[in-house]
Amino acid sequence: MSQETDNRKEGVRISLEEGIAEWRSYVRRRQAIHTVDADELEDHLRSQASALTEAGLAEDEAFLIAVKRIGDLDELSREFAREHSERLWKRLVVAPDTGGGIGVDLREALIAVALAAAAAVAIKIPQLFGVRMQVDQELPEFYFRNLSLFVLPFLAAFFAWKRSLAPLGRLWLAAPFAVAAAVINLMPFASHGDTQVLAALHLPIALWLAAGYAYAAGRWRDHDRRMNYVRFSGEWFIYYALLALGGGVLMGLTGFVFSAIGLKPETLLFTWILPCGAVGAVIIAAWLVEAKQSVIENMAPVLTLIFTPLFTLLLLAFLATMAWTGSGIAIGREELIGFDLLLVVVAGLVLYAISARDPQKRPGLFDALQFLLIVCALLVDAIALWAIAARISEFGFSPNKVAALGENIILLVTLGWSAVLYARFLAGRASFARLERWQTAYLPVYAVWAWVVVIIFPPLFGFR
Amino acid sequence: MNIGKDLVAASSTPLILAILSEGESYGYAIIKRVAELSGGELQWTDGMLYPVLHRLERNGFVKAFWGRSETGRRRKYYRLTESGEGELASQRRQWMVVDSALRRTPFKTFQLLPQGG
Repeated sequence: MSQETDNRKEGVRISLEEGIAEWRSYVRRRQAIHTVDADELEDHLRSQASALTEAGLAEDEAFLIAVKRIGDLDELSREFAREHSERLWKRLVVAPDTGGGIGVDLREALIAVALAAAAAVAIKIPQLFGVRMQVDQELPEFYFRNLSLFVLPFLAAFFAWKRSLAPLGRLWLAAPFAVAAAVINLMPFASHGDTQVLAALHLPIALWLAAGYAYAAGRWRDHDRRMNYVRFSGEWFIYYALLALGGGVLMGLTGFVFSAIGLKPETLLFTWILPCGAVGAVIIAAWLVEAKQSVIENMAPVLTLIFTPLFTLLLLAFLATMAWTGSGIAIGREELIGFDLLLVVVAGLVLYAISARDPQKRPGLFDALQFLLIVCALLVDAIALWAIAARISEFGFSPNKVAALGENIILLVTLGWSAVLYARFLAGRASFARLERWQTAYLPVYAVWAWVVVIIFPPLFGFR
Repeated sequence: MNIGKDLVAASSTPLILAILSEGESYGYAIIKRVAELSGGELQWTDGMLYPVLHRLERNGFVKAFWGRSETGRRRKYYRLTESGEGELASQRRQWMVVDSALRRTPFKTFQLLPQGG
């Protein structure tokens, strides 16, 4: 506002309309003052100004006095915020913008809901052909293998629509899904075999990254777009977890009210609501992330900030204990997977911390902490790897051990090189952008490995 | 005379309600009426009236609606509701208690000099 006043002092004569337009642009920056309130205040301003001009003042003088009498915008917006405290919470509204919230495209909402419904229907279609989900029984292997194929194509379709993917791009996008469907269903897996379990576990990763092709509008080589997909994935995971929590409450209450009237709703709950809700929520979560990305602070980096020190502490404590007691790691199947998970978490923490960091900022305490975390993880992993190698040389190769070993090596490479780049960044000898680029450049490696486990492992190990 | 900030804030609700009890009105006219009624002694920062009006609306004492000014501009009007009338009556009683209590105390300087003068 002082700016405005200065203009007048310099003798710049501005018409009432220009003055009001300028004043409104100042008001619009206040989150607590909505458009309708600005309308109301503008009416006040105009009434006041016209009363003053009638009393004989010049238009610009009248405007100046009227603005002055409305009062300081900072104070005013504080008063508005006190009265409308909810306005300080950003929110999404599925409607044209009427005031404070950020409008969500209604068409996009409808398409997201339609795709979610389609996924929910798709997951029940096999039932028509006699593949049934049943309470108290294991999920049929058909479902287990194909789970991601019931939902991720819809997610990819949503991105393809949202990004207006070109027809050729759509073909490219469809290809991995077609290949996956063919491979996973035509291969003669041994029932309950390890290779089948591994393929079923890696297929979602492979297809998730394939859907990233649509997310990036076909330009998957672009590092910024890759990083955006990483950010999307993190937010999606958090939204999905929240939806799952809500869904759990819904299911619990459904079960409770129906059993209260003597019905047993288990079939409804576990063969309808759970699977349909679980696949539908994938699409809804994706839509929410897309819709809210400019409204609400990203959560994944916030969680990263909280958990990086804690995980560093955990690893330090673990290393110290091991050094103190001198005990080695007993590696069984569970431990193998456990150490892989640990590395996944550390790699994820690093990835999301990097995704949210301003590359221009100078190295700080958090960067040093991140570096320490990576180094600890590498040490722990080196010990685990040594134990795995010993076990393999003793008992020979098995699909599970090779998969775990492969993953371990992949994560070791990314973390190892990250540590090198981090050290150089901390020493001021490399830019942060190098580190960021390394993370995104490495993403295809995960995809390739996932496809290797899905397609090559089964024949390699005789489908056992 | 300069009326203190707290007193201005405390008196704004009964004043606005009282003015609206004369008939529906809008922000600028309310401010003008306040100045009129107080002989120019009560000076509000104009903008601050609106958060108060919105609070009264939220509490259901007034009802807001959009209309048109004489020149055809969009203008937000306020009208007193039934519960607003009740609130006004109760506030009036409270002010009267304060007023009569003050009156019973000795009031020595009847002729105050105008401030700043």
